[in-house]
Amino acid sequence: MKKLIIALLISFASTSVFAGSHSPCGVTSGSINILANEFTTYRIFMDEVKSCAGPDADFNVTHSVDHNKLQVAALSANPAEFSAKLVTNGSITPLMNDGLIRPLDDLVAKYGSNLNDNQKITIDGKIYAVAFMANAQHLWYRESILNDLGIAVPSTYEEVIAAAEKIKAAGVMENPYAGAFKSGWNLGQEFVNMYLGHGGEFFISGTAQPNVNNEKGVAALNVIKKLTELSNPDFLTQDTNAVKEEWESGNVALMHIWNSGAASLLDDEGDQNIKADTRLAPSPTVGGGNKPATTLWWDGIAIATNTSDENAESSFRALVGAASSTDLANNNPNATVWLIKGYTPGDTAGPVVDAASRGTTPYPSFPHMSLMHGALSTELVEFLQGNESAEKALADVEAAYIAKATEQGFL
Amino acid sequence: MPHRTFFWFILPTALAMILFIGLPIVSSFFQSLHIENEQVLMEVENCDPFGCTTNVRVDVEATEKIEAENPLGRFNGFGTYTDRNHLAFDEIEEAWDNTSSIGEFKDIVLNLPFYKALLFTLTFCFAVTPPVIVLGFIVALSVNTLAKSLKGLIVFGTILPMIVTPLIGSLVLFWMIDSQGIIGASIQILFDDPNLSLKASSNLTWITLIIYGIWHNTPFAFVVFYAALQTVPQDPLEAAYIDGATRFERVRFIVIPHLYPVATFIMLICLMDNFRVFEPIIGFSAEGVAQSLSWMIYQDLRNENKMLFGSAGATSMLTILGIAFLLTPVLIRTWKEFKTER
Repeated sequence: MKKLIIALLISFASTSVFAGSHSPCGVTSGSINILANEFTTYRIFMDEVKSCAGPDADFNVTHSVDHNKLQVAALSANPAEFSAKLVTNGSITPLMNDGLIRPLDDLVAKYGSNLNDNQKITIDGKIYAVAFMANAQHLWYRESILNDLGIAVPSTYEEVIAAAEKIKAAGVMENPYAGAFKSGWNLGQEFVNMYLGHGGEFFISGTAQPNVNNEKGVAALNVIKKLTELSNPDFLTQDTNAVKEEWESGNVALMHIWNSGAASLLDDEGDQNIKADTRLAPSPTVGGGNKPATTLWWDGIAIATNTSDENAESSFRALVGAASSTDLANNNPNATVWLIKGYTPGDTAGPVVDAASRGTTPYPSFPHMSLMHGALSTELVEFLQGNESAEKALADVEAAYIAKATEQGFL
Repeated sequence: MPHRTFFWFILPTALAMILFIGLPIVSSFFQSLHIENEQVLMEVENCDPFGCTTNVRVDVEATEKIEAENPLGRFNGFGTYTDRNHLAFDEIEEAWDNTSSIGEFKDIVLNLPFYKALLFTLTFCFAVTPPVIVLGFIVALSVNTLAKSLKGLIVFGTILPMIVTPLIGSLVLFWMIDSQGIIGASIQILFDDPNLSLKASSNLTWITLIIYGIWHNTPFAFVVFYAALQTVPQDPLEAAYIDGATRFERVRFIVIPHLYPVATFIMLICLMDNFRVFEPIIGFSAEGVAQSLSWMIYQDLRNENKMLFGSAGATSMLTILGIAFLLTPVLIRTWKEFKTER
């Protein structure tokens, strides 16, 4: 945790000279083909990667919100369909499980002299990824609406619910709260946040046995249920991008979404009155816990195992050039919290730094976590629709997980 | 046709079918009998921007070694078929022993993923197919009476729903039924309920999907009926006309009997098509409330970070069995008719 805070708060004296090392930019050989998630910050990052690669490079990037579903199949092929993948602490595990991304130590030694040490993601002593940004979900609110009703900025979910109820009762908004509750990965993530906020553990320590059907799980589900009752009735179809649209249409006064959303919510497009009224706040705690009910994420670059060394090197050069570009970070200080050397955090970095300093748990990186997340994605819907009890939903999650984990050889 | 001629005539098709349909089915079946090898886990130290932690990871080398010895994975027999995510024999037995009423038992069974998906798939099949046949027939009759100059244009317009890719068609409709879309907003005004949302309740989502299915499939029935209408003999129609039969009577006693085999054919294809319902579920983001068997296969292959080939294979086999089961009555009927005609 400390490392991040130090990296963020202390502005490094930036040396833009790649002294004693090869300059990464200006790739002329090999082809670069990147798979990445789709959101504004990644677009900004990719523009920098492209300009670092230079005009002579064979450069391709595929942005897809389905990147998680594509990555294993795409990188398992030999040669892999993509030479590089933007990964997070969540999506790196399935790639590591199958050995689909390569150690980067030699490439980092050659081209990474301008990286911070905390950008190097080391697993068992080897660098497998280079992080360039930190992200977390946190609270967003409309200042004027809270002020008009005399509501203090909520710091717990109990207060969030009370505030939303007050806004609704005052007739200001019909559905004042929003979160990415779309059934699937997003809904699973909401539970992950809330369960960790209650101090839950997903697995019985030291095993792959599930451990969500307990008091903490039930409490987490009940909070989510209350929040969805204050959300747009279509909540099961709304992902982060849909929630942002709701926000920009002025339908929502409180939401819990990604810090990187600032890149599109606080840009010059859309209703500027809403933008001027938009405030960021730390992620709330829940159920008397002291950790915010959210997870810490890093986003980084990883290179496919099943690609030629030439492609791997050229892809790494372009990507690491962007991941160590102080200009990129300081020209877009509010796009996200960059981990890049010499970055001065912008106005929007606060909630992520706050989450890190209050001991928020990073997203769990167990090899079997994606199966748990998958089970959460599908089995919680009926509870939220009021068709089944929280205990039953969680029992279903465990049963679905066990069936999948058995098939995958984890149990 | 002599058997010999028939053999040479059918050979290219048969070969292609074995290669592109038969072998993949055999391969899926084979995979469905296996599960992944055991994953060897090891403890490692991970360092990231948030600090260093001890964590477990898959020992890739050790796992690869097992994989090389046993590339198909572990043999599991029909274990995948009977696990909770498929036929769930154990869970059903337990539910049967521990429930006191049929309603309670039904609730537990329909909460299991496979049966939940089967329920939607069958509901979709049987709710969509009959209206498609009736509507297709009515549209075909109406278009058939149009002036020749108009026909081309109208036929084109009528088959548009079939031309539009299902995913695109359902996405378009998805945005139209949004509470701010033209259909969604109109319905809210019509029922004077600002909170009415077609996407929020499972019943309304099912109805939306079924209406979409009817809209998408009707042109197929229309095209087939329309072609068949051209073959209706004119003599009996004229005779009936002279005898003073009304239009309804002519349709009822001459056209419908003539088109009967065609209707069977449409029903066959529609049932088969609708049993594989998938795209509208994705297009309408309805995964939460409506899952079909095809969607389950997709979920196993795409929604997990790791592909569950065994599970997907098992669901595929069960889908094939389901279609075979569904089509048996129709096929038996066709076979009988075929024999009596001879």
